[in-house]
Amino acid sequence: MSDLKKIKDEFLSKLSGKLDISEINQIKSDLFGKSGLISTQFKKIGTIAEPERKKFASDLNIIKDELQDLINSKTNEFKSAQINEKLEKEKIDITLPERSFVRGKIHPVSQTIDEISSIFSEIGFSVEEGPDVENEYNNFTALNTPENHPARDMHDTFYLDEKKQKLLRTHTSPVQIRTMLKDKPPFKIIAPGRTYRSDSDQTHSPMFHQVEGLHIDKNINMGHLKGCLNYFIKEFFEVDKIKMRFRPSHFPFTEPSAEVDIGYEMKDGKIIIGEGNQWLEILGCGMVHPNVLKNVKVDPSKFQGYAFGIGIDRLAMLKYGINDLRAFFDCDYRWLNHFGFDPLDVPTNYRGLSR
Amino acid sequence: MIITFDWLKDHLKTNLKEKNLLEQLTNIGLEVESVESLSGDNQLFKVAEIIKTEKHPNADRLKICDVNIGENEVKKVVCGAENAKEGLLTIYAPPGAIIPKTKTKLVVAKIRGVTSYGMLCSESELNLSDESDGITELTKEFRKNIGKSYFSKSKSNLIDLSITPNRPDCLGVRGIARDLAASGFGKLVDLKEKKIYSKNRHTLKVKINKEKGQGCTAFGSCLITNVKNSESPKWLKDKLISIGQKPISAIVDITNYVMLDINRPLHAYDADKIEKGIIVRNSKSGEEFTALDNKNYKLESGMCVISDNKGVLGLGGIIGGTRSGTEFNTKNILLESAYFDPGSIRNTAKKLNLDTDAKFRFERGIDPLSIEDGLNKAAKLIKEICGGEISKIDVQKIETYKTKKIKFDPNIFEKISGFKISLKEMIKILEDLGFEVKKDKKRLELTVPSWRPDISQEVDIVEELVRISGYEKIKYIEPIKQRKKSTLNKFQKLFHFLQRSVASKGYLEAITWSFTDKRYNDYFRDTNKEIKIINPISSELGVLRNSIFSNLIMHVNKNLDRGFKDLSIFEIGPIFSGSNPGEQNTVVCGLSAGKKSRLSWIEKDRNVDVFDVKRDVVQTLVEVGYNSEKFFIDNETPNYYHPGKSGRLFLNNEKNQIAAYFGEIHPNILKHIDIKTESLVGFEIFMENLELPKKTLKDLKVKFSFSDYQKSERDFAFIVNKEVKAQDLIDTISNVDESLIKDIKVFDVYEGDNIPENQKSIAISVTIQSSERTLNEKDLEKINSLIIKTVENKTGAKIRS
Repeated sequence: MSDLKKIKDEFLSKLSGKLDISEINQIKSDLFGKSGLISTQFKKIGTIAEPERKKFASDLNIIKDELQDLINSKTNEFKSAQINEKLEKEKIDITLPERSFVRGKIHPVSQTIDEISSIFSEIGFSVEEGPDVENEYNNFTALNTPENHPARDMHDTFYLDEKKQKLLRTHTSPVQIRTMLKDKPPFKIIAPGRTYRSDSDQTHSPMFHQVEGLHIDKNINMGHLKGCLNYFIKEFFEVDKIKMRFRPSHFPFTEPSAEVDIGYEMKDGKIIIGEGNQWLEILGCGMVHPNVLKNVKVDPSKFQGYAFGIGIDRLAMLKYGINDLRAFFDCDYRWLNHFGFDPLDVPTNYRGLSR
Repeated sequence: MIITFDWLKDHLKTNLKEKNLLEQLTNIGLEVESVESLSGDNQLFKVAEIIKTEKHPNADRLKICDVNIGENEVKKVVCGAENAKEGLLTIYAPPGAIIPKTKTKLVVAKIRGVTSYGMLCSESELNLSDESDGITELTKEFRKNIGKSYFSKSKSNLIDLSITPNRPDCLGVRGIARDLAASGFGKLVDLKEKKIYSKNRHTLKVKINKEKGQGCTAFGSCLITNVKNSESPKWLKDKLISIGQKPISAIVDITNYVMLDINRPLHAYDADKIEKGIIVRNSKSGEEFTALDNKNYKLESGMCVISDNKGVLGLGGIIGGTRSGTEFNTKNILLESAYFDPGSIRNTAKKLNLDTDAKFRFERGIDPLSIEDGLNKAAKLIKEICGGEISKIDVQKIETYKTKKIKFDPNIFEKISGFKISLKEMIKILEDLGFEVKKDKKRLELTVPSWRPDISQEVDIVEELVRISGYEKIKYIEPIKQRKKSTLNKFQKLFHFLQRSVASKGYLEAITWSFTDKRYNDYFRDTNKEIKIINPISSELGVLRNSIFSNLIMHVNKNLDRGFKDLSIFEIGPIFSGSNPGEQNTVVCGLSAGKKSRLSWIEKDRNVDVFDVKRDVVQTLVEVGYNSEKFFIDNETPNYYHPGKSGRLFLNNEKNQIAAYFGEIHPNILKHIDIKTESLVGFEIFMENLELPKKTLKDLKVKFSFSDYQKSERDFAFIVNKEVKAQDLIDTISNVDESLIKDIKVFDVYEGDNIPENQKSIAISVTIQSSERTLNEKDLEKINSLIIKTVENKTGAKIRS
């Protein structure tokens, strides 16, 4: 009994002082090591006579637990003191800059094409494409613009051969021809892409972008055309109301033909679409000319429908307040950064065109 | 086409206002481009007389003129014109006036120390003509107008219409009036031109040669003898000035007036200068003549010319010649009113690069039945203003005009337009437009007016009816939100994925032109064929690009010049391999310049290098869905890459199609372009060469299996010859036991001390794991020695001890 009490008192006093981790470990091994004081006592249990053995064992266990808890808490105390000490030293200037990162951007024309595709996707249009180099037939003749037609003057064409048989397409309309020659009606497509005219000034670039639309089926009339474009413009400009005006015009490949104006006003030097009394021309359209349908072996007495052509760059300029068309193709790093879009901003039907 | 409301009223009875007119014009397809006021400000320009001139004391070329501006007022004006002299009648602009040409407002100004109160104007400054040599000289008739405004007061604005090429009839004021009247905007005034009854013989013989490709099918003419050409009377001058034209002489002004009024181009010849008679024929190659624009034209064969015995007088329907032109002293006139074939006119004008008012009209199609009306109207005016005797009208024809008839099913209207109008309304619109309408059971039998070459089938009639009844009547039919086919095909999806994948790696997307500078293209052309544009916008944009690098490098250089040191840009778009449709490929091309971590307090800076672009290419392809373990990479690249620091990537070792190139741009190119950057690396991914993914995401995510047994990592260092590629070691090791070897990583490459010359050390960490059990030391030892043995045997490597 006195042995146990002695051990207990001695070690309680030892553990009450300020100890470092090696001292604590030393005490631990003195007590609980192979030949430690407590371990030795446990070995003694068997030698003690029956009447006392139970009490001895019980006392020993209590002392063991007490000392062990104390050692554990001393160890923990020491470790947290150590961490606190470390934390005290590890203060940094968190205002220093983060590690550098770079951010890429999507060109506003690409973003606009994705927006357009997303909108037309919702009403069942699929995307078709055609080559940038076209033959004279697909670009003009098949589109009811035969040689010597004055409408050809409206397209300043880049040619690739002296015979003027191969050219850079002046509009996306040849994709209509390619699509209709390839498949059978009905057709419901849009065709975005690069187009070229030898014209260059502040408002004209020798290369620009158009999106063509074509919907051919039985009984598609001008009301469908009007409804489709009204829907598109409202969605594209993300406004509830749009003022839209159809007025007669002429394109050789559509009849009747129309040009479409939208209402706008200027507020603080910025164009506000959908309000005001000013008109802005944004696209050309019409009912596909029966001659065009005949050229692609579609029977105009059975099928009819509409087509439209929209300038993509111009739409992007209007929506995003870009003033100079030429800047689109100038690759100025500052411009690309400013007008570009984060690649994660993918226009979709469910999350909308923009944030 | 420029018109005024006043002129329109010659043909149109209406009480409506100009504001309504502008709206209505646009509504019926005659788009108003601009409205310009000619009245108001121009009243400030006064007829004035120079009464005294003296030399400017401080300038040799300047004069100080005392100018009588009427009502006993004299102004001092400094003037530099040589023709400014005492007694000259001219046009004076006071301070405050806005000069039409320059749109600048005059102020009282000191010119070399002498104050000038206003300005004396040249014809060019007043937009009267191109004459800018000296100030305007007015004839003595103007003396009585001194102090009065030079321009007549006109309330009408100048309305500029954009007439579409299908509507030649609206290139005359009457045609526009007819359309307006049909749309309910007033009533068309009946102006049937009275025929000339003359007993005088037409003494000049006219003949149209019947030959292949003859561009003239009818030639009407009359002689007007003993005229006295003069200035036009005021009403006529005012009319021309009111639409911004400059009066010249009565005869020229009358032909212009008739052309603008009823779209009937005419030509007046000095009959005395015509040798014997007129022959309309095809030109012979090499024939020459001097046209009224004072240029000499050398003709090719087959152009339609008006000639006499001596040679070409003019190009029919395009431009007359100086030899037979009318002048103020012309006594006898031959007045021509003919029909020329639009195609022939266009061919000739294109070949000679000629553009005239007459050509513009004939190539769109002139009313073939207006020949006599035009002659009647003009000849009577000439007689009225210049006197003389009119001969009988002679019309030579080699073809007769056939009226066009269309059978129109009224039901087609609603089928196409989607709305209804009554049959009565249809008939009224068509009759107002000049159609003759006969009802024939269910159909309308229509005779198309001769001035409408654009109308030939039913749909043309639908257009007329929709146009005149109003496009606002078309209903809005809401689109149905239904998709039957996927919006994008696999290729298009790949395009969008690649675009956004590359952008997400820090590249700014650029869009550059599909054409480029030949010089730059040649740097990146490799062995491809050059594709020239025949008519480029400038010589710097003369070829289609064979590679996107040509444009991108140019723009990287410009941005470096703007002061950006570290930049990455890319473009996804076409490159061309030939001039036929379809000979193009879609490429994703990126360039990265400068350093990584420039001026970083925390990271060491370094030049961008080939392994940066290699990562971008590989990561992009992995994101797209290709397995990088199957990639095969070697160093055979085009000549615009650094031969030692560039690579070619195949998606698998069948090496069918090149998926991408990447590497440093060849230093010679950097030197030629004089590009200043620490490093320039780039890549090209060839979309057409990527196999389109066959599996959908759904298919790819079938079974998830993994091993929970312990894995071990073993490191090896091999000494190999320098030519041996890391890829060779990796491939060899992975083939040792594919079921156990899970991962192989190169963690060090070393050359130098302790390594024999021409050799290098490659350190590799191999992860070994079984999916069936935990491997014991013996198993691991076995695979270790197998790896060493195999690598040593296959690559000649030695394990480093």
